[in-house]
Amino acid sequence: MDWEIVIGLETHAQLSTHSKMFSGASTAFGAPPNAQACAIDIALPGVLPVINRAAVDRAVRFALAVGGQISPRSVFARKNYFYPDLPKGYQISQYEVPVVVGGSIRIETAAGVKIVQLTRAHLEEDAGKSLHEDFHGATGIDLNRAGTPLLEIVTEPQMSSADEAVAYARTLHALVRWIDVCDGNMQEGSFRCDANVSVRRRGDKRLGTRCEIKNLNSFRFLDQAIRHEATRQIELIESGGRVVQETRLYDPDRGETRPMRSKEDAHDYRYFPDPDLPPLVIDAAWVEQVRAALPELPVARRDRYEREWALSGYDAATLTQSREMADYFEQVVAAVGGAAQAKLVANWVSGELAAALNRDTLEMSDSRVSALALGGLLGRVIDGTISGKIAKEVFDAMWSAGAVESAAADRIIADKGLRQISDSGALEAIIADILRANPGQVAEVRAGKEKAFNFLVGQAMKATRGKGNPAAINTLLRKALAD
Amino acid sequence: MMDAGLGAMARALGRGEVSSVELTRALLARIDQLNPGLNAFISIDPELSLAQAAAADQRIARGAAGPLTGVPIAHKDIFMTRGRRTTCGSRMLADFVAPYDAHVVEQLDAAGAVTLGKLNMDEFAMGSSNETSHFGPVRNPWDPSRVPGGSSGGSAAAVAARMVPAATATDTGGSIRQPAALCGVSGLKPTYGVVSRHGMIAYASSLDQGGPIARSAEDLALLLNAMGGHDPRDSTSLERPAEDYRRDLALDLKGVRIGLPRQYFADGMSPDVRVAVEAAVAQLQQLGADCREVDLPNMALSLPAYYVIAPAEASSNLSRYDGVRYGHRASGYRDLLDMYQRTRAEGFGAEVRRRILVGTFVLSHGYYDAYYLQAQRVRRLIAEDFRAAFAQCDLLAGPTSPSVAFALGERSTDPLQMYLSDIYTIAPNLAGLPAMSIPCGLGDGGLPVGLQLVGNYFSEARMLGVASAYQRASDWHLRVPQGLATRAAEAGDGAAQPAATERN
Amino acid sequence: MALDEAAVRRIALLARIALSDAEIDTLQGDLNGILGMIETMQAVDTRGIEPMAHTVDMHARLRADEVTETDRHVEFQALSGQTEDGLYLVPRVIE
Repeated sequence: MDWEIVIGLETHAQLSTHSKMFSGASTAFGAPPNAQACAIDIALPGVLPVINRAAVDRAVRFALAVGGQISPRSVFARKNYFYPDLPKGYQISQYEVPVVVGGSIRIETAAGVKIVQLTRAHLEEDAGKSLHEDFHGATGIDLNRAGTPLLEIVTEPQMSSADEAVAYARTLHALVRWIDVCDGNMQEGSFRCDANVSVRRRGDKRLGTRCEIKNLNSFRFLDQAIRHEATRQIELIESGGRVVQETRLYDPDRGETRPMRSKEDAHDYRYFPDPDLPPLVIDAAWVEQVRAALPELPVARRDRYEREWALSGYDAATLTQSREMADYFEQVVAAVGGAAQAKLVANWVSGELAAALNRDTLEMSDSRVSALALGGLLGRVIDGTISGKIAKEVFDAMWSAGAVESAAADRIIADKGLRQISDSGALEAIIADILRANPGQVAEVRAGKEKAFNFLVGQAMKATRGKGNPAAINTLLRKALAD
Repeated sequence: MMDAGLGAMARALGRGEVSSVELTRALLARIDQLNPGLNAFISIDPELSLAQAAAADQRIARGAAGPLTGVPIAHKDIFMTRGRRTTCGSRMLADFVAPYDAHVVEQLDAAGAVTLGKLNMDEFAMGSSNETSHFGPVRNPWDPSRVPGGSSGGSAAAVAARMVPAATATDTGGSIRQPAALCGVSGLKPTYGVVSRHGMIAYASSLDQGGPIARSAEDLALLLNAMGGHDPRDSTSLERPAEDYRRDLALDLKGVRIGLPRQYFADGMSPDVRVAVEAAVAQLQQLGADCREVDLPNMALSLPAYYVIAPAEASSNLSRYDGVRYGHRASGYRDLLDMYQRTRAEGFGAEVRRRILVGTFVLSHGYYDAYYLQAQRVRRLIAEDFRAAFAQCDLLAGPTSPSVAFALGERSTDPLQMYLSDIYTIAPNLAGLPAMSIPCGLGDGGLPVGLQLVGNYFSEARMLGVASAYQRASDWHLRVPQGLATRAAEAGDGAAQPAATERN
Repeated sequence: MALDEAAVRRIALLARIALSDAEIDTLQGDLNGILGMIETMQAVDTRGIEPMAHTVDMHARLRADEVTETDRHVEFQALSGQTEDGLYLVPRVIE
């Protein structure tokens, strides 16, 4: 039987504000329990919510980045349910009139390019956390997270594989970080996905019954959970069963999804407009202000790199994975004199630099080699002072010592005597020695065997300890052999 | 001096004729004497009050006094008062000591007013007789066998009994005006958004509004000057320039157009109330007002609309009382669900539970449109009626309550009967309009009758002017419950409900 | 519409209020009486009328993104009977 998987994602992105959605408490991660839960966050009697302008600002920024419509007048509603990490007994969210409607995200997978349509994005507040360990059978409640602003971004059910869902999540993750809406820290729960998964027989027009898998906080879990859930549903139907609409949790240790106990009783959220909050009005002037401050978006930069700097699609995509990386890349390009060297810079940034960051698990912003310093290094490759191979050695030295200034590479080249030997006199003497020591290979070259020529070049490089200018050695060797 | 109003006390304090400490001591003694019978106060804290009074006396001595410095008042126990118990009349919050001050409390403290204590009220402001209080009913100073009205029954009774010259109160569907009417005092519910709701425990957020209860229009104006004003902590608080609500107190009624809604004067009002209200209207006319009939065709719908909207909002507002972070928590529960259910069953009284259930139902899946949305649409119809009426007149006049104070227990077993007590007061809340009640006569049993005035948005000063003109020409607001001390003491001795005043 | 006993139980569960059988019985009568009064408004033709959620035509005022609150959890937790290590304690929750 041929099955089709249908996936829609709901992503909760914590907005990178200093204070909470409706209170002046800090949103910083990692404070002692309840130290950042103020009177409003713990829902003392008589307290009232007031909307954080910066949260709305970020929602508008997101709308502009995905081409969504900004509701000129959106409404905050109360979603009512009892849960210990929800102090008011309701979550303030947006229901009928969300702040952002529509928009789209372009994704790429092995299967090609796809545009994923967004249904909506709305502002809401996060709940607190329940801690189930170490309280002699009780659950401990920490409300520090309660009230943290969230943008919930909802797609249409348009993805048809775990690959697409992961590509979407990765693209969205990169975008929200790019436009400074969310710090994207998945370990800290700043970016979490719920996946709605259903299956249907290929060609069937109707959607199958869906299950919602909650709180997937890594791309790997998202991938695995969707695969397991789709398999579970297909096997269930093929063995004569029916999928029941429910909320499930993914258990990575067991590699399976299971129904969520706390969501078992049918919910009736009794949404209604929050009487404490008049409608949120966003006028055109505000939107224009946000638009003016919006950074160049990844898609636009990628196009520019391909069009103006003649980078490959792959390079352009790699360099625009994050705004920090793209900014870094452009700074290096500027330092080495512009577009003509863009390809060289691209190779270094997505090669050596990315590998070093990865090895030390550092963020771009924590790079031990600054854009200026890398520019200084590449300048020496371009002007022939050192070879590409020596440059890697210099880079490693810069990385371990930390390099900020443009002259950092020059100092290491001088200290270690790594300057490339381009001087004809010195190289000619070395070549003469090599020709003397290898009469057999010389004869082979003269007999037309190119392989032997490469051997001789190698010997010359070895004799210069890699510092010989390969082009100069080539020319001088040819000349010596022709004599 | 105790019989003087707020303004008179303030003037005497300013002139040094009496000190705040003296006034405070005298009123505390009166509370001691009368409260066991009336049960108007839930808590008093004489030490705290006297400390405030001493500070006020120093401020007066320094010449830094404002118009309310040293004047004793009391707060409805719905307002958060830092360091004092704040119960909202509920078992749920019976031991709750507030960790912050309501905006209203901050403002009055800053003005130098002295807080004598916290006043009894219907539980979570749900009630029209003060019988739903966990701390026992308040008794009407005019006749202790009768209710004082509600939900601000403690505020109205304390002012009527001269235990305090003025008090704060709140009004969601009549909770300032109806008890003011039943206790023979004056009360004003301002335009929605004039008084901040920060620290005012929510019943129905889109209707709740704080306001003063006092003995005269002048005193109401004085208190509202301190209570009102923009507060950025309440998103529904209006950003308007500060007003002096006393500015129109000397208003001449000549040319003031007063609308008499036909629907307010139709059947339903008891004959004694009709006599008093019609006499008051005649007097307003004699004073120069131009009285004319107007129509509020959808008036009758205000009760059903209110009993959808208020319970809906309440059901959600009261979800925070779950026993986790503060307030009552049941003991011996099996699991989380059991803890929630028993905590809330034990912590809330019957009327609160009833309204939570009604509210839960009207918002529930499948009923939202027919009940909640329909009520919000009817609400607009009612607001539109007022708009049309105010095209023809400056303010409206009519009865506050369909009857004088009724007997304790008379309506408490029949919720619908009780709800009808607010038939005339609910509509202005739905529209967000300012409305007030002033004494306008004595009805059956020599019990007070209230005249309700409803104004257009932000017309509080003008309404107070009309009320003041009426009070210059009448003495109903000066009437004191006869034999108060003896009667109250008797009622206290023989009452089934023990007086629940406690000291923190 | 009249609520039957099951409906009253369902609403009470949603509202997290425990009710005895006797209370359910009384409440069923009370609630149906109240709903009967409420339903008098359902005959009104309100087509085309915008629901009114707020009294005065308001729009939300917004706050600047500033941290204005300090740590008061010790004071706040004095209001709760059940805390440990800065956490509020509740009967075990199974997710």
